[in-house]
Amino acid sequence: MFRFLFTVIRRDLLLAARRKGDWMTSQFFFVMVVSMFPLGIGPEPEMLRRVAPGVVWVAALLASLLSLSRLFADDHRDGSLEQMLLSPEPPVLLALGKALAHWLIYGIPLLIIAPVLGLQFSLPADVIGVLMLSLLIGTPVLSLLGSMGAALTLGLRGGGVLLTLLILPLYVPALIFGAGAVDASLAGLGPEANLSLLAAFAVLTLLVAPWVTSAALRISIE
Amino acid sequence: MSEPQPLTVNDLACARGERTLFTGMSFRLGTGQLLLVQGGNGRGKTSLLRLLCGLAQPLEGAVCWRGQPITKERELFHREMAYIGHVNGIKDDLTPMENLRMSAALAGRHLDEVTAEQSLVRLGLERCLDLPARVLSFGQRRRVILAGLITAGALLWILDEPLTGLDVHGVALVEGLLRDHVTGGGMVVMTTHQPLSLEGVATVPLQVGPLLQPEED
Repeated sequence: MFRFLFTVIRRDLLLAARRKGDWMTSQFFFVMVVSMFPLGIGPEPEMLRRVAPGVVWVAALLASLLSLSRLFADDHRDGSLEQMLLSPEPPVLLALGKALAHWLIYGIPLLIIAPVLGLQFSLPADVIGVLMLSLLIGTPVLSLLGSMGAALTLGLRGGGVLLTLLILPLYVPALIFGAGAVDASLAGLGPEANLSLLAAFAVLTLLVAPWVTSAALRISIE
Repeated sequence: MSEPQPLTVNDLACARGERTLFTGMSFRLGTGQLLLVQGGNGRGKTSLLRLLCGLAQPLEGAVCWRGQPITKERELFHREMAYIGHVNGIKDDLTPMENLRMSAALAGRHLDEVTAEQSLVRLGLERCLDLPARVLSFGQRRRVILAGLITAGALLWILDEPLTGLDVHGVALVEGLLRDHVTGGGMVVMTTHQPLSLEGVATVPLQVGPLLQPEED
Protein backbone atom coordinates (compact mmCIF):
# COMPACT_ATOMS: atom_id res chain seq x y z
CA MET A 1 0.00 0.00 0.00
CA PHE A 2 2.69 2.47 1.01
CA ARG A 3 4.82 1.05 -1.74
CA PHE A 4 2.23 2.23 -4.25
CA LEU A 5 2.17 5.69 -2.65
CA PHE A 6 5.95 5.93 -2.88
CA THR A 7 5.93 4.70 -6.46
CA VAL A 8 3.45 7.42 -7.46
CA ILE A 9 5.61 10.06 -5.79
CA ARG A 10 8.85 8.68 -7.23
CA ARG A 11 7.32 8.63 -10.70
CA ASP A 12 6.28 12.28 -10.56
CA LEU A 13 9.65 13.34 -9.17
CA LEU A 14 11.41 11.48 -11.99
CA LEU A 15 9.18 13.09 -14.60
CA ALA A 16 9.75 16.53 -13.07
CA ALA A 17 13.50 15.94 -13.13
CA ARG A 18 13.28 15.17 -16.85
CA ARG A 19 11.35 18.38 -17.47
CA LYS A 20 13.13 21.06 -15.53
CA GLY A 21 11.68 23.81 -17.70
CA ASP A 22 8.14 23.25 -16.43
CA TRP A 23 9.42 23.15 -12.91
CA MET A 24 11.42 26.38 -13.15
CA THR A 25 8.52 28.36 -14.64
CA SER A 26 6.50 28.12 -11.49
CA GLN A 27 9.40 29.13 -9.22
CA PHE A 28 10.36 32.09 -11.40
CA PHE A 29 6.74 33.19 -11.47
CA PHE A 30 6.72 33.26 -7.68
CA VAL A 31 9.93 35.32 -7.51
CA MET A 32 8.73 37.70 -10.22
CA VAL A 33 5.33 38.40 -8.69
CA VAL A 34 6.79 39.04 -5.25
CA SER A 35 9.56 41.23 -6.67
CA MET A 36 7.11 43.44 -8.56
CA PHE A 37 5.61 44.80 -5.36
CA PRO A 38 8.61 46.69 -3.95
CA LEU A 39 9.09 48.20 -7.40
CA GLY A 40 5.46 49.26 -7.59
CA ILE A 41 4.86 50.39 -4.03
CA GLY A 42 8.14 52.16 -3.36
CA PRO A 43 11.06 51.55 -1.05
CA GLU A 44 9.69 52.62 2.37
CA PRO A 45 10.63 49.70 4.69
CA GLU A 46 7.66 50.30 6.97
CA MET A 47 5.16 49.95 4.15
CA LEU A 48 6.93 46.93 2.62
CA ARG A 49 7.03 45.14 5.93
CA ARG A 50 3.26 45.62 6.31
CA VAL A 51 2.37 44.18 2.91
CA ALA A 52 5.02 41.42 2.87
CA PRO A 53 3.02 38.56 4.46
CA GLY A 54 0.03 39.04 2.18
CA VAL A 55 2.13 39.50 -0.94
CA VAL A 56 4.26 36.40 -0.40
CA TRP A 57 1.25 34.29 0.42
CA VAL A 58 -0.85 35.47 -2.53
CA ALA A 59 2.12 34.90 -4.85
CA ALA A 60 2.48 31.37 -3.44
CA LEU A 61 -1.21 30.68 -4.15
CA LEU A 62 -0.90 31.91 -7.72
CA ALA A 63 2.33 30.00 -8.32
CA SER A 64 0.75 26.77 -7.14
CA LEU A 65 -2.28 27.35 -9.37
CA LEU A 66 0.05 27.79 -12.33
CA SER A 67 1.42 24.27 -11.99
CA LEU A 68 -1.79 22.59 -10.81
CA SER A 69 -3.56 22.68 -14.16
CA ARG A 70 -0.95 20.20 -15.42
CA LEU A 71 -1.15 17.92 -12.39
CA PHE A 72 -3.43 15.36 -14.02
CA ALA A 73 -3.76 16.82 -17.53
CA ASP A 74 -0.54 15.30 -18.94
CA ASP A 75 -1.29 11.87 -17.52
CA HIS A 76 -4.84 12.12 -18.83
CA ARG A 77 -3.71 13.02 -22.33
CA ASP A 78 -1.22 10.18 -22.72
CA GLY A 79 -3.50 7.62 -21.08
CA SER A 80 -1.28 6.83 -18.10
CA LEU A 81 -3.93 8.16 -15.71
CA GLU A 82 -6.32 5.46 -16.94
CA GLN A 83 -3.68 2.83 -16.38
CA MET A 84 -2.97 4.10 -12.87
CA LEU A 85 -6.68 4.02 -12.04
CA LEU A 86 -6.76 0.42 -13.25
CA SER A 87 -4.08 -0.51 -10.75
CA PRO A 88 -5.28 -2.88 -8.03
CA GLU A 89 -4.24 -0.27 -5.45
CA PRO A 90 -6.90 2.16 -4.19
CA PRO A 91 -7.29 5.36 -6.24
CA VAL A 92 -7.33 7.45 -3.08
CA LEU A 93 -3.63 6.65 -2.64
CA LEU A 94 -3.01 7.75 -6.19
CA ALA A 95 -4.71 11.07 -5.42
CA LEU A 96 -2.72 11.48 -2.21
CA GLY A 97 0.54 10.54 -3.93
CA LYS A 98 0.01 12.99 -6.76
CA ALA A 99 -0.76 15.81 -4.31
CA LEU A 100 2.27 15.02 -2.14
CA ALA A 101 4.50 14.86 -5.21
CA HIS A 102 3.16 18.23 -6.29
CA TRP A 103 4.01 19.62 -2.88
CA LEU A 104 7.55 18.21 -2.99
CA ILE A 105 8.14 19.52 -6.50
CA TYR A 106 6.46 22.92 -6.32
CA GLY A 107 5.79 23.64 -2.63
CA ILE A 108 9.18 22.96 -1.07
CA PRO A 109 11.11 25.26 -3.48
CA LEU A 110 8.76 28.15 -2.57
CA LEU A 111 9.68 27.53 1.04
CA ILE A 112 13.38 27.73 0.23
CA ILE A 113 13.09 30.90 -1.87
CA ALA A 114 10.86 32.67 0.66
CA PRO A 115 13.66 33.88 3.04
CA VAL A 116 15.41 35.68 0.20
CA LEU A 117 12.17 37.38 -0.76
CA GLY A 118 11.57 38.22 2.90
CA LEU A 119 14.86 40.13 2.97
CA GLN A 120 13.64 42.11 -0.02
CA PHE A 121 10.76 43.30 2.16
CA SER A 122 13.15 44.02 5.08
CA LEU A 123 11.51 41.45 7.33
CA PRO A 124 13.41 40.69 10.56
CA ALA A 125 14.98 37.24 10.86
CA ASP A 126 12.51 35.81 13.37
CA VAL A 127 9.57 36.90 11.20
CA ILE A 128 11.18 35.21 8.19
CA GLY A 129 11.29 32.06 10.30
CA VAL A 130 7.56 32.34 10.95
CA LEU A 131 6.95 32.98 7.24
CA MET A 132 8.78 29.77 6.37
CA LEU A 133 6.94 27.84 9.05
CA SER A 134 3.58 29.12 7.80
CA LEU A 135 4.50 28.13 4.25
CA LEU A 136 5.68 24.73 5.46
CA ILE A 137 2.27 24.04 6.98
CA GLY A 138 0.32 25.90 4.32
CA THR A 139 1.78 24.70 1.02
CA PRO A 140 0.56 21.08 1.46
CA VAL A 141 -2.93 22.56 1.79
CA LEU A 142 -2.47 24.33 -1.53
CA SER A 143 -1.39 21.10 -3.24
CA LEU A 144 -4.13 18.98 -1.68
CA LEU A 145 -6.98 21.41 -2.38
CA GLY A 146 -5.52 22.16 -5.78
CA SER A 147 -5.46 18.48 -6.73
CA MET A 148 -9.21 18.43 -6.05
CA GLY A 149 -9.74 21.28 -8.47
CA ALA A 150 -7.39 19.79 -11.04
CA ALA A 151 -9.30 16.50 -10.96
CA LEU A 152 -12.69 18.22 -11.20
CA THR A 153 -11.70 20.34 -14.19
CA LEU A 154 -9.83 17.54 -15.96
CA GLY A 155 -10.56 17.37 -19.67
CA LEU A 156 -12.70 20.52 -19.70
CA ARG A 157 -12.08 23.26 -22.20
CA GLY A 158 -10.75 26.32 -20.41
CA GLY A 159 -10.09 24.14 -17.39
CA GLY A 160 -7.26 26.38 -16.23
CA VAL A 161 -9.47 29.41 -15.66
CA LEU A 162 -12.21 27.31 -14.12
CA LEU A 163 -9.65 25.75 -11.80
CA THR A 164 -8.65 29.22 -10.60
CA LEU A 165 -12.25 30.24 -9.94
CA LEU A 166 -12.99 26.98 -8.19
CA ILE A 167 -9.93 26.71 -5.99
CA LEU A 168 -9.01 30.27 -4.99
CA PRO A 169 -12.03 30.60 -2.64
CA LEU A 170 -11.01 27.35 -0.96
CA TYR A 171 -7.53 28.75 -0.42
CA VAL A 172 -8.91 31.64 1.65
CA PRO A 173 -8.55 30.00 5.10
CA ALA A 174 -4.94 29.06 4.36
CA LEU A 175 -4.24 32.61 3.19
CA ILE A 176 -5.85 34.22 6.25
CA PHE A 177 -4.14 32.03 8.82
CA GLY A 178 -0.84 31.85 6.96
CA ALA A 179 -0.46 35.56 6.35
CA GLY A 180 -2.07 36.21 9.76
CA ALA A 181 0.68 34.27 11.52
CA VAL A 182 3.38 36.39 9.89
CA ASP A 183 1.40 39.57 10.62
CA ALA A 184 1.00 38.64 14.25
CA SER A 185 4.69 38.01 14.72
CA LEU A 186 5.47 41.33 12.98
CA ALA A 187 3.17 43.06 15.46
CA GLY A 188 5.02 41.41 18.32
CA LEU A 189 2.19 38.98 19.13
CA GLY A 190 2.78 35.26 19.02
CA PRO A 191 2.03 33.48 15.74
CA GLU A 192 0.99 30.30 17.58
CA ALA A 193 -2.77 30.81 17.35
CA ASN A 194 -2.74 31.36 13.59
CA LEU A 195 -0.27 28.56 12.98
CA SER A 196 -2.38 26.13 15.02
CA LEU A 197 -5.47 27.01 13.02
CA LEU A 198 -3.51 26.64 9.82
CA ALA A 199 -2.25 23.23 10.94
CA ALA A 200 -5.80 22.18 11.85
CA PHE A 201 -6.93 23.22 8.38
CA ALA A 202 -4.05 21.25 6.86
CA VAL A 203 -5.04 18.10 8.75
CA LEU A 204 -8.67 18.50 7.69
CA THR A 205 -7.62 18.90 4.06
CA LEU A 206 -5.35 15.89 4.26
CA LEU A 207 -8.25 13.78 5.47
CA VAL A 208 -10.82 14.98 2.95
CA ALA A 209 -9.07 16.07 -0.25
CA PRO A 210 -7.70 12.68 -1.48
CA TRP A 211 -11.17 11.13 -1.33
CA VAL A 212 -12.74 14.00 -3.25
CA THR A 213 -9.91 13.94 -5.78
CA SER A 214 -10.18 10.21 -6.42
CA ALA A 215 -13.96 10.43 -6.85
CA ALA A 216 -13.54 13.38 -9.21
CA LEU A 217 -10.91 11.51 -11.22
CA ARG A 218 -13.21 8.58 -11.71
CA ILE A 219 -15.97 10.87 -12.97
CA SER A 220 -13.64 12.86 -15.22
CA ILE A 221 -12.23 9.77 -16.87
CA GLU A 222 -15.60 8.36 -17.93
CA MET B 1 -9.00 -22.44 -12.94
CA SER B 2 -11.76 -23.07 -10.43
CA GLU B 3 -14.38 -21.55 -12.65
CA PRO B 4 -14.81 -22.29 -16.34
CA GLN B 5 -16.30 -18.90 -17.21
CA PRO B 6 -14.85 -16.14 -15.03
CA LEU B 7 -16.27 -13.19 -17.00
CA THR B 8 -20.05 -12.81 -16.92
CA VAL B 9 -21.95 -9.84 -18.27
CA ASN B 10 -25.60 -9.48 -17.29
CA ASP B 11 -28.09 -7.26 -19.05
CA LEU B 12 -25.63 -4.45 -19.66
CA ALA B 13 -26.86 -1.08 -20.94
CA CYS B 14 -24.70 1.83 -21.98
CA ALA B 15 -25.48 5.41 -22.93
CA ARG B 16 -23.30 8.25 -24.14
CA GLY B 17 -25.05 11.50 -23.33
CA GLU B 18 -28.64 11.20 -24.54
CA ARG B 19 -28.01 8.35 -26.92
CA THR B 20 -28.46 4.73 -25.89
CA LEU B 21 -25.70 2.66 -27.43
CA PHE B 22 -26.88 -0.78 -26.41
CA THR B 23 -29.17 -2.42 -23.89
CA GLY B 24 -29.68 -5.91 -22.60
CA MET B 25 -26.24 -7.18 -23.49
CA SER B 26 -25.39 -10.46 -21.83
CA PHE B 27 -22.57 -12.90 -22.48
CA ARG B 28 -20.11 -15.17 -20.78
CA LEU B 29 -16.49 -15.71 -21.58
CA GLY B 30 -14.47 -18.69 -20.52
CA THR B 31 -10.77 -19.33 -20.25
CA GLY B 32 -9.13 -20.13 -23.55
CA GLN B 33 -11.58 -17.96 -25.48
CA LEU B 34 -11.24 -14.76 -27.46
CA LEU B 35 -14.21 -12.41 -27.70
CA LEU B 36 -14.05 -10.38 -30.88
CA VAL B 37 -16.25 -7.31 -30.51
CA GLN B 38 -17.58 -6.16 -33.88
CA GLY B 39 -19.62 -3.20 -34.98
CA GLY B 40 -19.37 0.00 -37.00
CA ASN B 41 -17.90 3.29 -35.84
CA GLY B 42 -19.80 4.89 -32.99
CA ARG B 43 -21.69 1.72 -32.09
CA GLY B 44 -20.19 1.50 -28.63
CA LYS B 45 -17.30 -0.93 -28.94
CA THR B 46 -14.91 1.26 -26.99
CA SER B 47 -17.65 2.10 -24.48
CA LEU B 48 -18.28 -1.60 -23.94
CA LEU B 49 -14.59 -2.25 -23.35
CA ARG B 50 -14.38 0.61 -20.88
CA LEU B 51 -17.39 -0.80 -19.03
CA LEU B 52 -15.74 -4.22 -18.95
CA CYS B 53 -12.52 -2.95 -17.44
CA GLY B 54 -14.29 -0.74 -14.91
CA LEU B 55 -13.26 2.67 -16.22
CA ALA B 56 -16.90 3.55 -16.87
CA GLN B 57 -20.09 2.63 -15.03
CA PRO B 58 -22.96 0.93 -16.87
CA LEU B 59 -26.42 2.49 -17.03
CA GLU B 60 -27.89 -0.87 -16.06
CA GLY B 61 -26.63 -4.36 -15.46
CA ALA B 62 -23.32 -5.53 -14.13
CA VAL B 63 -19.99 -6.97 -15.17
CA CYS B 64 -19.03 -9.89 -12.96
CA TRP B 65 -15.63 -11.46 -12.45
CA ARG B 66 -15.59 -14.88 -10.79
CA GLY B 67 -19.20 -14.40 -9.78
CA GLN B 68 -18.74 -11.03 -8.09
CA PRO B 69 -19.51 -7.60 -9.58
CA ILE B 70 -16.22 -5.92 -10.51
CA THR B 71 -17.14 -2.83 -8.50
CA LYS B 72 -17.10 -5.05 -5.41
CA GLU B 73 -14.06 -7.16 -6.21
CA ARG B 74 -12.14 -4.29 -7.77
CA GLU B 75 -8.73 -5.24 -6.45
CA LEU B 76 -8.89 -8.90 -7.50
CA PHE B 77 -10.25 -8.00 -10.92
CA HIS B 78 -7.64 -5.37 -11.68
CA ARG B 79 -4.89 -7.75 -10.61
CA GLU B 80 -6.02 -10.27 -13.23
CA MET B 81 -6.88 -7.82 -16.01
CA ALA B 82 -4.78 -5.77 -18.41
CA TYR B 83 -6.23 -3.02 -20.61
CA ILE B 84 -4.88 -1.33 -23.70
CA GLY B 85 -6.90 1.65 -24.84
CA HIS B 86 -6.72 4.12 -27.69
CA VAL B 87 -4.06 6.18 -25.97
CA ASN B 88 -0.86 4.44 -25.14
CA GLY B 89 -0.34 5.34 -21.52
CA ILE B 90 3.42 5.72 -21.81
CA LYS B 91 5.37 8.76 -20.71
CA ASP B 92 7.32 10.60 -23.40
CA ASP B 93 10.16 11.51 -21.07
CA LEU B 94 10.94 7.97 -19.98
CA THR B 95 12.66 5.25 -21.98
CA PRO B 96 10.64 2.16 -22.97
CA MET B 97 12.44 0.25 -20.24
CA GLU B 98 11.58 2.81 -17.57
CA ASN B 99 8.01 2.94 -18.83
CA LEU B 100 7.59 -0.80 -18.47
CA ARG B 101 9.15 -0.98 -15.04
CA MET B 102 7.23 2.04 -13.77
CA SER B 103 3.86 0.76 -14.92
CA ALA B 104 4.64 -2.62 -13.41
CA ALA B 105 5.51 -0.97 -10.09
CA LEU B 106 2.28 1.06 -10.21
CA ALA B 107 0.33 -2.15 -10.75
CA GLY B 108 2.01 -3.58 -7.67
CA ARG B 109 4.37 -5.93 -9.50
CA HIS B 110 8.13 -6.09 -9.51
CA LEU B 111 9.65 -6.24 -12.97
CA ASP B 112 13.38 -6.82 -13.20
CA GLU B 113 15.47 -5.33 -15.95
CA VAL B 114 16.20 -8.60 -17.72
CA THR B 115 12.55 -9.59 -18.11
CA ALA B 116 11.63 -6.10 -19.28
CA GLU B 117 14.42 -6.15 -21.84
CA GLN B 118 13.44 -9.60 -23.08
CA SER B 119 9.86 -8.55 -23.69
CA LEU B 120 10.94 -5.37 -25.47
CA VAL B 121 13.33 -7.35 -27.68
CA ARG B 122 10.55 -9.82 -28.42
CA LEU B 123 8.49 -6.91 -29.73
CA GLY B 124 11.40 -5.82 -31.93
CA LEU B 125 12.45 -2.77 -29.94
CA GLU B 126 16.08 -3.75 -29.26
CA ARG B 127 17.38 -0.56 -30.88
CA CYS B 128 15.17 1.76 -28.82
CA LEU B 129 15.83 0.56 -25.28
CA ASP B 130 17.61 3.71 -24.13
CA LEU B 131 15.79 6.32 -26.17
CA PRO B 132 13.12 8.50 -24.61
CA ALA B 133 9.68 7.42 -25.83
CA ARG B 134 9.27 10.92 -27.28
CA VAL B 135 11.41 10.03 -30.30
CA LEU B 136 9.67 6.72 -31.01
CA SER B 137 7.13 6.40 -33.79
CA PHE B 138 3.48 5.68 -33.05
CA GLY B 139 3.87 2.03 -34.03
CA GLN B 140 6.92 1.65 -31.80
CA ARG B 141 5.06 3.12 -28.82
CA ARG B 142 2.28 0.69 -29.51
CA ARG B 143 4.85 -2.09 -29.34
CA VAL B 144 6.06 -0.78 -25.99
CA ILE B 145 2.65 -1.21 -24.40
CA LEU B 146 2.28 -4.61 -26.01
CA ALA B 147 5.56 -5.56 -24.33
CA GLY B 148 3.99 -4.33 -21.10
CA LEU B 149 1.03 -6.60 -21.78
CA ILE B 150 3.27 -9.69 -21.91
CA THR B 151 5.01 -8.83 -18.67
CA ALA B 152 1.73 -8.07 -16.89
CA GLY B 153 0.88 -11.77 -16.69
CA ALA B 154 -2.84 -11.00 -16.58
CA LEU B 155 -5.51 -13.62 -17.25
CA LEU B 156 -7.88 -11.29 -19.07
CA TRP B 157 -6.66 -8.94 -21.79
CA ILE B 158 -8.98 -6.15 -22.87
CA LEU B 159 -7.58 -4.67 -26.07
CA ASP B 160 -9.08 -1.73 -27.90
CA GLU B 161 -7.76 -1.71 -31.47
CA PRO B 162 -4.37 -3.19 -30.58
CA LEU B 163 -3.34 -3.29 -34.24
CA THR B 164 -3.57 0.46 -34.88
CA GLY B 165 -0.29 1.79 -36.21
CA LEU B 166 1.44 -1.56 -36.45
CA ASP B 167 3.18 -2.74 -39.62
CA VAL B 168 2.74 -6.19 -41.18
CA HIS B 169 5.33 -7.75 -38.88
CA GLY B 170 3.71 -6.08 -35.90
CA VAL B 171 0.30 -7.50 -36.79
CA ALA B 172 1.82 -10.98 -37.14
CA LEU B 173 3.49 -10.53 -33.75
CA VAL B 174 0.19 -9.59 -32.11
CA GLU B 175 -1.53 -12.56 -33.75
CA GLY B 176 1.18 -14.75 -32.25
CA LEU B 177 0.76 -13.18 -28.81
CA LEU B 178 -3.01 -13.62 -28.92
CA ARG B 179 -2.70 -17.24 -30.02
CA ASP B 180 -0.18 -18.03 -27.28
CA HIS B 181 -2.28 -16.32 -24.63
CA VAL B 182 -5.60 -17.89 -25.56
CA THR B 183 -4.30 -21.40 -26.18
CA GLY B 184 -2.45 -21.11 -22.86
CA GLY B 185 -5.77 -20.68 -21.07
CA GLY B 186 -5.95 -16.90 -21.17
CA MET B 187 -8.90 -14.73 -22.09
CA VAL B 188 -9.06 -11.85 -24.56
CA VAL B 189 -11.72 -9.27 -25.32
CA MET B 190 -10.74 -7.16 -28.28
CA THR B 191 -11.92 -4.92 -31.08
CA THR B 192 -10.30 -4.46 -34.43
CA HIS B 193 -11.21 -3.29 -37.90
CA GLN B 194 -8.34 -5.16 -39.50
CA PRO B 195 -8.56 -8.73 -40.72
CA LEU B 196 -6.92 -11.04 -38.23
CA SER B 197 -5.90 -14.62 -38.89
CA LEU B 198 -6.61 -16.56 -35.74
CA GLU B 199 -6.77 -20.19 -36.81
CA GLY B 200 -6.98 -22.56 -33.92
CA VAL B 201 -8.14 -19.85 -31.50
CA ALA B 202 -11.60 -20.24 -29.98
CA THR B 203 -13.11 -16.98 -31.20
CA VAL B 204 -16.52 -15.77 -30.07
CA PRO B 205 -17.96 -12.94 -32.17
CA LEU B 206 -20.09 -10.27 -30.52
CA GLN B 207 -22.03 -7.70 -32.48
CA VAL B 208 -22.44 -4.33 -30.77
CA GLY B 209 -25.27 -2.08 -31.81
CA PRO B 210 -28.55 -0.70 -30.55
CA LEU B 211 -30.56 -3.83 -29.97
CA LEU B 212 -33.81 -2.32 -28.66
CA GLN B 213 -35.56 0.52 -30.48
CA PRO B 214 -32.83 1.78 -32.77
CA GLU B 215 -32.88 5.57 -32.68
CA GLU B 216 -33.24 7.71 -35.75
CA ASP B 217 -31.42 10.96 -35.29
